[in-house]
Amino acid sequence: MGHLFSRISPQTLRILALLVVLLAIIFFFSTQVPNYLNGRLFNRISSSVAIMALIATGQTLVILTRNIDLSIGSIVGFTAFATGSLISQNPDMAAPLLVLYAMVVGAAFGALNGVLVAYVKIPAIIVTLATMALFRSALVEFSNAKSITSSELPLWLVNFPNTVLLKFGQFQLRAGFAAALIVVLLVHFALARFRPARRFYAVGSNPEAAEMAGINAKATVFAAFVFAGALAGLAGFMFLARFGNITVVAGLGFELKSVAAAVLGGVNIFGGSGTVIGAFIGAILVDLIDTSLVRWEFVSEFSREAVLGALILLSVTADAVLMRRLIGLRANREKKLARAAIKEKGKTSEVNTPKQTGETAT
Amino acid sequence: MTNPNAGSAHSSKSLFAKLRSWEAFLTFALILIILVNSTLIPQYFTIANQINLFQLSIEKVIVALVMTFVIINAEIDLSVGSIMGLAACLFGWLFQNGISAEMAIVIVMIAGGLAGALNGYFIAIVGLPSLVVTLATLIGFRGLARVLVEDRGITGFPDWFDALGQQGLIGPVPFSFFAFIVLFIIAFIILHRSAFGRLTYTIGNNREVAEFAGVNTAAVKMKIFISSGLVAAFAGLLYAARVGAVRGDVALGFELDIITLVLLGGVSIFGGSGTMVGTLLALLIVLNLRNGMALMNVTGHIQTGVIGLLLIVSVVLPRLELTRLFNSHNSQGTKQ
Repeated sequence: MGHLFSRISPQTLRILALLVVLLAIIFFFSTQVPNYLNGRLFNRISSSVAIMALIATGQTLVILTRNIDLSIGSIVGFTAFATGSLISQNPDMAAPLLVLYAMVVGAAFGALNGVLVAYVKIPAIIVTLATMALFRSALVEFSNAKSITSSELPLWLVNFPNTVLLKFGQFQLRAGFAAALIVVLLVHFALARFRPARRFYAVGSNPEAAEMAGINAKATVFAAFVFAGALAGLAGFMFLARFGNITVVAGLGFELKSVAAAVLGGVNIFGGSGTVIGAFIGAILVDLIDTSLVRWEFVSEFSREAVLGALILLSVTADAVLMRRLIGLRANREKKLARAAIKEKGKTSEVNTPKQTGETAT
Repeated sequence: MTNPNAGSAHSSKSLFAKLRSWEAFLTFALILIILVNSTLIPQYFTIANQINLFQLSIEKVIVALVMTFVIINAEIDLSVGSIMGLAACLFGWLFQNGISAEMAIVIVMIAGGLAGALNGYFIAIVGLPSLVVTLATLIGFRGLARVLVEDRGITGFPDWFDALGQQGLIGPVPFSFFAFIVLFIIAFIILHRSAFGRLTYTIGNNREVAEFAGVNTAAVKMKIFISSGLVAAFAGLLYAARVGAVRGDVALGFELDIITLVLLGGVSIFGGSGTMVGTLLALLIVLNLRNGMALMNVTGHIQTGVIGLLLIVSVVLPRLELTRLFNSHNSQGTKQ
């Protein structure tokens, strides 16, 4: 067992553990709630998780670089409103242009955060705490205390999130979820395989070492904020399409929810490790618990936040404890291998330094 | 940000250097705001308005005092708003279930201490990052508050309880104001005149070094988080008394306002520096600025935006100053 666990990478292990938790929760509720496990559950969760998945993806990029973006909810609110007012004034506008507009507006806000954090060197938590308020007041000014209603929006936009692309019995793959899934997978594979995207990990795990290795740490942090802004913009577009009615409080509280999804998904709050898929599963977990507790007759529906808080605490504690054990197991295995190698050479009294173990193990 | 204690260590610092300190800058800003407010708004300098200005945010202001300790200690507590909400809702729930208000207050304070201890346990003893732990308890404690009151509002507290929050205790000055003054003095003495205060700075500066020096860092952190829970619970009770009713969303989102106050006061987010006077000046600035804007019919979101802008400026300014200081005397000990 020890060997098996120490061979799989910690990241893969985290994702597997999350999937097990996810399945366990689904199994538990399927025994408790009559008529729980069906296509409608999948459809409901998949369409509501689409927005949070995009936001959590952006948040993950920022957290990977040892930063945090608390302004993300305000960016979602602003872009949702800006996109809505643009399309209501120009109803014939092409869809790709509208999406592009949302992403560019979001990226511009992200760039402001990025400049202040990466180049002016103000801690991200201060910058985004301030811009959270600033972007929100920009929205209030921009909106002139009016709101967007779904009657002002073209039909294709309102219908987009619920358009069924594929159908397996009751299970529907809806366009909104499919779009979010594509983005999540793209970012995930970029982070795993695409060389420039690996910089987010490098800068997050050790900024000085990354600089020495020739990585421009400032540009990387800046890029993380711009991407997070663009993804928040895209989420704003989805928010508009899904809800149709946009007021000045749109996206309020998304910042902490996205951090919660990322943390639940195993993204290290100190940067350097974590996956977008993990954050995505984290977002699904949050939604699943939300949706399921409402239908469970033994607890009041008001307990879902309490359960969620406890779950985050539990999962982070379990994660920390397991990781410590895993590191211990690995160290033990390397020691054993090293000892075996030394015995073969016939030098029994040798002290094994970490450098030696590294050489002999490979 | 320069270490504000460097000034007191080098007592030979000239008056000019003192004038350039962060506290001096905040004082100038405060005087400016008061001058602008009093010239533009005739009703600003009335006693009623001055009391109102304090009373409307007294809960946040009180929690900012203990948040100063938390951040100087290089931690953060996002759960204070939820503990305030939980305290208010627990009070309402207990009262509704026939427990006397006096007894309910005692139970609520114990619960606040326990909530803080829960944070402290995971942060100081398990060793998880405070940002994550208090984010989880921000959600969790709010959830408990909602479980207690669901979507109802609870009201009809005893008259003396409501009066404590709404009427003047001595003349027109309410109880909460006196509570703030007393808590400020206590906080000031502990932070700047006690061994515990020194430990708070030392651990905030470098936890490992403090640990090697034989400091029980876990105990200090535990005490700080328990106090944070206690003070937040007290503030939640004040809120219940002032409004005379509780709901599940009491003090929702207060944590970010409170943290903004403390950071504006010059406390470094990396821990190890900041003063109680800085926090006091910052909260006076924010209260007066908000009051002035409210009297000039500026909406709440815009007010928050202005405070946000102020926060960024307040962090950028000393940095510009810092580069100049570095050029003049390189030997100055600086952080970051």
